Formats: sequence, C-alpha cells, structure tokens
Amino acid sequence: MASLIAGGVDCDVHPAVPDLTSLLPYLNDYWRDQVTTRGMVDLVSQSYPKNSPIVARPDWRPETGKPGESLADMQRHVLDPLQIELAICNPLYGVQMVFSEDMQAAFCRALNQWLAKEWLDRDERLRGSIVIPTQSVEKSVAEIERCAADKRFVQVLMLVMGDTPLGKRALWPIYEAAERHGLPIGIHAGSAYHNPPTAVGWGSYHIEDYVGQAQAFQTQLTSLIVEGVFAKYPRLKMVMLESGVSWISPFLWRLHKFWRGVRMETPWVDRAPLEIVRSNIRFSLQPFDAPPDEATLIRLFDHMQSDELVLFSTDYPHWQFDGQDALPEGLTPDLVRKIMIDNPHATYSRLI
Amino acid sequence: MNVQFREGLEAASPLTTKTAIADCDIHPARATRTELYPYLAKRWQHHLEIYGVHAYQGMMEGPPYPKAQPNASRRDAYPPEGGPQGSSLSFMQKQLLDPNNVQLGILNPLNTGQGIRNHELSAALCSAINDWQIDKWTSKDHRLKASIVVGNEDGLSAAAEIRERAGDKNFVQVLLLSRNVEPLGQRRYWPIYQAAEEAGLPVGVHAFGFGGNPITPSGWPSYYIEEMVGHSQCQQSALASLVLEGVFERFPKLKMVMIEAGFGWAPSLAWRLDKVWQRLRSEVPHVKRPPSEYIREQVWWTTQPMEDPERREDLFDVIKWIGWDRLLFATDYPHWDYDEPSRVLPAGVSEANREAFYLGNAKKLYGVS
Repeated sequence: MASLIAGGVDCDVHPAVPDLTSLLPYLNDYWRDQVTTRGMVDLVSQSYPKNSPIVARPDWRPETGKPGESLADMQRHVLDPLQIELAICNPLYGVQMVFSEDMQAAFCRALNQWLAKEWLDRDERLRGSIVIPTQSVEKSVAEIERCAADKRFVQVLMLVMGDTPLGKRALWPIYEAAERHGLPIGIHAGSAYHNPPTAVGWGSYHIEDYVGQAQAFQTQLTSLIVEGVFAKYPRLKMVMLESGVSWISPFLWRLHKFWRGVRMETPWVDRAPLEIVRSNIRFSLQPFDAPPDEATLIRLFDHMQSDELVLFSTDYPHWQFDGQDALPEGLTPDLVRKIMIDNPHATYSRLI
Repeated sequence: MNVQFREGLEAASPLTTKTAIADCDIHPARATRTELYPYLAKRWQHHLEIYGVHAYQGMMEGPPYPKAQPNASRRDAYPPEGGPQGSSLSFMQKQLLDPNNVQLGILNPLNTGQGIRNHELSAALCSAINDWQIDKWTSKDHRLKASIVVGNEDGLSAAAEIRERAGDKNFVQVLLLSRNVEPLGQRRYWPIYQAAEEAGLPVGVHAFGFGGNPITPSGWPSYYIEEMVGHSQCQQSALASLVLEGVFERFPKLKMVMIEAGFGWAPSLAWRLDKVWQRLRSEVPHVKRPPSEYIREQVWWTTQPMEDPERREDLFDVIKWIGWDRLLFATDYPHWDYDEPSRVLPAGVSEANREAFYLGNAKKLYGVS
C-alpha cells in the first residue's frame, strides 16, 4: 500500500446540511416564510440516498443525522488521522434540482453563507466551493462575485448532469467570472434530474445512476472541449470530482480520433483534446475505479502520459476505501507527492 | 480514417496474397427510395407516401446532426451505376469484399424500421428489410450474412420476427441499436433476448438509433462530433443496464455484440461496475456475480472505430484486459470512418491473436465455417 504523506490536500469532502431549517438563518424573510408556509423540509438528491452504503462508510456513519453533518466527525475521521493540510468542501445539498431561479438563488446564497459560518469559520484547514444557481447564468455570476471576496472560497461547483451540456455558450459568463477570480470550476458527480440520468433513458436503480456518472463526465468533457471553452478561457481549470479515472485515456483516444476526422466542424478547437486535458482538466482520485493490483495501476497512469492529472481526495464520508487506504496500490512516492500536494496546489491558485 | 481521396486502394495486391478476414459491420443501402416497396403491403406503401416515417427525433429527412459527409459515407464509395454508397453488390464486391479477401461479411442495415414511433409500421419495415437482405445480398453472395432487424420497441412482435427467421442460414444475428426509448436492460426488451437465446443467435447492439432521450444525461449537445463520441457513452449505459437488470443472469446462453461503439471503455466500465456492485449489491440481488464476469463471458466487441492512442501499442493493454478472443474485426463500409484492415493493428501481435482478431472469433461466434 502506498503511504499517505502529511500535508496533503483533500480535494473532495462533503459537509452535509442537516435539513432545510439549517439554512433558515441565512434566508431573508420572504424565503424563510416560503420554506415554512409551503412545508419544505429538505433537499436530498436521489444521487445520494442517506442510507445507501456508498453514501457513508459504516465506521463513519453517525448514530443520528446525516453522514457528514458533524465537523467533529470529519476532523476525527479524516482531517486529523490523514494529517490533511487543507480540505475543499463540496456541499452536495440538492439545490440544483430546484427549477425556479429565484428560489435556487436564495438557497445557493444561504448554502454558501452556511458553509462559511458553520464550517470554514470553525476549522482553518477547510476551504469552500461556491454553489451556483445554474437556472440563471446572471444570478450565478452574481453569486460568484459575492463569494469571491472571501478568499477561502477556492472553486465554483457545478453538477455533471444539469439542464444543458456544460460547454454551451450560454454558460460562458460563469467561466469568465471563474477565470477572472482564479477559481477552477469543480464538476461533481450528481444530477439535477432535469434530464434522464443516462443518455439512453431512465434506469431502474440507484446503482445504475451511480455507474452512469462516469459516462456523464465523458460527455461533458467532449462538450467543454469542442465548444471551445478552453480556447476562449485558456487559464480556466476544471476539476472532475468523484468522476472515476480509469476511463480517461480510452475516452480521449476516441475523442482525439473523431476530432482529427471532423475538426472542420469546430475549427476554433485549435489544440488536440489530449493537450487541452493535460493543461486544463484535473480529476479527483476517489472513487478509484480500477482493480486493486499494481500492474494495472501502473499501466493506467502510463496511458495518461502525465503525472499532473490526478488530485488527492477521500470523498468523505462516501465509502470508497476502508481504513486509511485512501491511495490505491502501486503509486510511487513521487506520484504520491504530486497527487497529494503538488497537483492540488498547482490547480487551485487560491490555496495558501 | 477517411479515405475520400486516397488513391490506389483498388489496385491492392491480388486477393490470394491477403489474409482472409471477417468484416463484422457492413452497411447495405437501398439504391432507390422505393426499393423496399415490393416487400411491403400496399397499406404501408400508401402510408409512407402520405405520412413518411415518424422517428423519435424531429427531422422528416436526414439526421438532426448533419453528418460530416453525404450519407456519412466515403466519397469514393458511390457505385458507378448510381445510387448511394453501399447500394450496389457488385461495387461492394469490387471495392471491399474481393480486395480485402473478406470471407465473412455481416450485414447491419441502418435506417430501417427501428426507432420509429408507429410500432406496426416498424414491424412491417423490419420484416421487409429482412426479405430484402436475402434477395439483394445474401442469396447472391454467400460470403455475406444478414442480421434480423426487429421492431425494437415492441418486444413481442420483435420476438415473432426472430422466431420466423430462426433456422434460416441467411441470418446469423439479431440487430438492435443502442439508443431506444428505455435502456436496453428494461423488461420491454426481454422477449427479444429470450427469442434470440432460443434461436441460438447473438444479439448485436449497433451504436446509433433514436429513442427520444438526449444523447447526453445533461441534455442535447451542439455538434455532430458530440453525437459521434457520445455513442460510446450510450453503449456503456446500455450495457450497464443489461448487466444490472439481470439480463445476462436470466438468459445465460445469450451472446451480445457491441457494434461500432469502440471497446477501449470496456475494462473501465467493468471495473467500475464491479466496484460499485460490491457496495450496492443488496439493491440488485438478481445480479448474482460480479458484473465483469457476465461481460467477459457473454459480450463481444467489433473493432471499428478503433481507439487511436498516441502510442498505438497502449491499445494492447486494453485488448489484453478484454481478451483477444472477444474482438471482431469490422470496417464499417461504406461509412466515412472506415477502418482499413491492413492498418488497424500495430506490429507485434502473435499470429494466433491476429487470426482470431481478423477471422477466427467471428467464425466461431456466428457459427460460420
């Protein structure tokens, strides 16, 4: 087992909002009244049913409440024992499922304020992601501007399955604001469920939705690359969170082949997709979706032809590994240092 | 990939010097709009003239994402006697079958009765295209074998079509497309798998089709390249559905062929399925074994379009993880992204693996000697 090193950056931890009443102090009178009058109690996404085994490790599951809702637990389970220097909080509260842009904007703003007050203020190791109301690009940009003043916010967070492919031009003002503030766009597993969760329709099972996240990431990378996001915003970084990693190279081999074949359709893509990924896209380590053998891992990292693509993550409190085996078998000490320290710092310019 | 202006191909070395191959994805086309009419009842001829075909997409004519070439086909594949690419047997023989020494060619007709909303019309068109495959192609060139095209959204009528053709040596597989109204593991499609298993025929799932769902789980993208690349994600989701709904467990003799969706993604999908199944298997107790085992035992893959790593030998790792015994060579003739047989495999393949890849696996799977 590769050894963890102290001072790592955990790029994907999930503080949980206990329920919607937790956000009431951060809503104005109108929205507080809306929540209570209309009987809204919680926003839990089907992507992460509370009692699903993948949503929390058995030994990380609290006796009451949601996994991940206690800072003391997060400290005791990962921050302290893994000697984490910094951890990036990616709240997965189901605000993306809301259809009203007004309601969504109110909830996102409250969520970001809640994160700053209940988490970032209480542990200096924590950093935050700005959750944005993507039903309105204008309101998303305003929320980025509001939060960016707080340097503890180091990223903008979006879901991998929303209303439209992420490369679509209508979303570009979000990317412009993110690039200007030195904020990577983190794209996390999960769906707003505004479209079927697979490209061939609605499956029957939670497991199917979870497996399908990897395909969703693949289609989003295609969209981001061929629409020209990185030609327009060359300094913008994007981080695929909880995406899986073993599909990256074969996917790029296919995209590269078709780009060579039909690049006349998207002439603004002026660099090969492989090069764009190496310069602008990163992937979080967990869930590491390869068999637990060293030989396979060595080949997979060799296929990437880069030691800069992967960023350390525990995906706390999701159950991706047991004990302290947060690193897969077979990583060299050099690669461990890159993944745990160098790559995250090179990606997140606001990490200090 | 695209050979539109490549010269000298037809002057390839005499066929006797070329290793025999199977081509497991050939697309025969109709020469005229009404070529199927002799196989259709008057009622349906009349229907087509007045209403046309209503698919699960908006265009009456042509695809919603315009292809990169007319008919998505090679510009050098127009037959001299006229008609679209792939519509002439004699020209197919001259351009594809003879110079490449194709011993076995599997026909996968597209733009048939699949993916259309009127399910009765769908069944009629599929039956017609099956008759047409015999008359125009397989009865005239015994290297060619047909696929039973079935009305995919009506499992019972599809199963009836399979049973009617079962035992007819012109047909060696059942053809489905990857994109349907629901993921392919859903129960509405089970009669198809049951009939195919009973008939001892593999089910080929070819990329493409329309089922009304956006081709990404985040909505409709902008470009043809996104549709093209996206077919492999559709195929992954379709295969995941087949595994997780228990289709392979329920139909243990069923064999499935993933056609024209690549294969590089297969190991990663199988690993991911295994890892997540370990956590969530209580939700799907009908999936009794690790998903990768079903895939390893019951799924084959056609090769075109071969993934294209910068270091071509990287592909050997992927093929090793899948198994050299599971790949079926295909050109996709006459489509523009045709894979040239002599150029797809990097050097350094053993003779046994090469033979399996190009011919042996296909003959064994399709039961053709």
